[in-house]
Amino acid sequence: MSQTLKKWQCIVCGWIYDETEGCPEEGLAPGTRWEDVPSDWLCPDCGVGKEDFEMIEI
Amino acid sequence: MAAPLVVIGTGLAGYNLVKEFRKLDAQTPIIMITSDDGRQYSKPMLSTGFTKGKSADDLAMADAGKMADTLGIEIRTHQSVTALHTDAHEIQLGEETIAYSQLVLAMGAAPIEIPLSGFEHLYHINDLMDYARFNQAAMATVASQVGQHKKRILVMGAGLVGCEYAHDMAGAGFEVILVSPDAYPLPRLLPEECGHALMPALTSLGVELRLGHAVVSVEKKGDGIVAVLDDGSVLEADMGLSAVGLSPRTDLAKAAGLACERGIQVDRMLQTSAQDVYALGDCAEVAGLNLLYVLPLMNCARALAKTLSGQATEIRYPVMPVQVKTPSLPIVVSPAANGVTGQWQISGQSPNLKAEFRGESGNLLGYALTGECVAEKMALNKELPPMLA
Ligand SMILES: Cc1cc2nc3c(=O)[nH]c(=O)nc-3n(C[C@H](O)[C@H](O)[C@H](O)COP(=O)(O)OP(=O)(O)OC[C@H]3O[C@@H](n4cnc5c(N)ncnc54)[C@H](O)[C@@H]3O)c2cc1C
Ligand SMILES: [Zn+2]
Repeated sequence: MSQTLKKWQCIVCGWIYDETEGCPEEGLAPGTRWEDVPSDWLCPDCGVGKEDFEMIEI
Repeated sequence: MAAPLVVIGTGLAGYNLVKEFRKLDAQTPIIMITSDDGRQYSKPMLSTGFTKGKSADDLAMADAGKMADTLGIEIRTHQSVTALHTDAHEIQLGEETIAYSQLVLAMGAAPIEIPLSGFEHLYHINDLMDYARFNQAAMATVASQVGQHKKRILVMGAGLVGCEYAHDMAGAGFEVILVSPDAYPLPRLLPEECGHALMPALTSLGVELRLGHAVVSVEKKGDGIVAVLDDGSVLEADMGLSAVGLSPRTDLAKAAGLACERGIQVDRMLQTSAQDVYALGDCAEVAGLNLLYVLPLMNCARALAKTLSGQATEIRYPVMPVQVKTPSLPIVVSPAANGVTGQWQISGQSPNLKAEFRGESGNLLGYALTGECVAEKMALNKELPPMLA
């Protein structure tokens, strides 16, 4: 893997998706890139969709 | 056996509190009570549902039974708490009383009803059940001489919910008229120039703006409604939606003698004026702030879960910008704290505006960004003080 893994944050509730950790509870293995998260996936805390996430600086 | 932790309300505040609490404590019995059907849903999604073609069932993430199983709790649906007896550590549901060890009030806020003849003919949307009713009625087409067409919807109120709905429904092909006594959209969040920037974005979607005018009466006419404005003009529509604001549900708390101002008052530990009684979400006024958004309630849920599990934790609020869901003109706002004095400094070219609210010494107190300027959010966030340090 050449690119570094990133973090994405839900702008509605603040929940963070960390590509390094993935989200095993939601079936996303560690290392799963944001672009590979299914498009109908919802924020586990507040339920908004992927479009309400943005990349954050680490 | 010790009395359970009782939570009134299964909105984002109630469910997220219990979810966070369960991460720390898997044992303590919990009873949640709600006057609605207890389905878990994301309230912010209610104002983007038409464009996405979502029914209420599509927006429901889990029903009460599934939530009860997942969280290991009991959930009572379609039941309303009628009184709080904080001295006895009991709540009342009609004839029944339930004892609690600790009580959490997460009752949300109710749509404001204005004393206007015919107000009852208007819909309002503040939860999934309201959305179900409104969405179902709105999706039925109407027949006319020109054939089947989508309904004409009158939206009353140009605040966050009114503007988002007007945008959402117009985006989904409905004819929308937005009526409000406000002179420009989102006046409680935006300086005038930024509010004006949103107007062409709405009209180009087909929204008819009737700003600066109040509805004075509504009447039923055939299958639709007729609204009369304060200038005497008459608007006909198939349905009307009231979005004139929300008022925190404080009645039960007030009747029980808990301190209430704008909301149920709680301290930094989220405790009300009564022992073992806490509040969060839209019904709560946290250290003087009653913020009707998800980010504050998530911060409260995390802190309160710790406190309830024995690890006393004070609430702190970071910078919490609000995104307005008007995708044809993105808007992000970080409102200044109530009562602070300062001045708007606006730069850019409409509709791409950067408005900074700065105090006497030039310190940033709040901002509003529209269009391409939303990209400056991160930089401005760094300059802002936290909402509650
Ligand atoms: C259309 C719309 C769009 C929004 N968009 C955004 C957004 O984009 N970003 C954002 O941050 N915020 C947004 N908000 C605000 C945000 O959704 C709310 O702040 C949040 O959902 C409030 O959650 P809550 O749990 O406090 O209240 P609610 O969700 O209202 O829950 C209240 C609960 O209390 C129960 N209840 C009340 N009284 C009783 C009683 N006497 N007995 C038993 N149960 C009772 C109800 O049944 C319900 O379960 C939006 C709001 C609306 C209406
Ligand atoms: Zn979220």
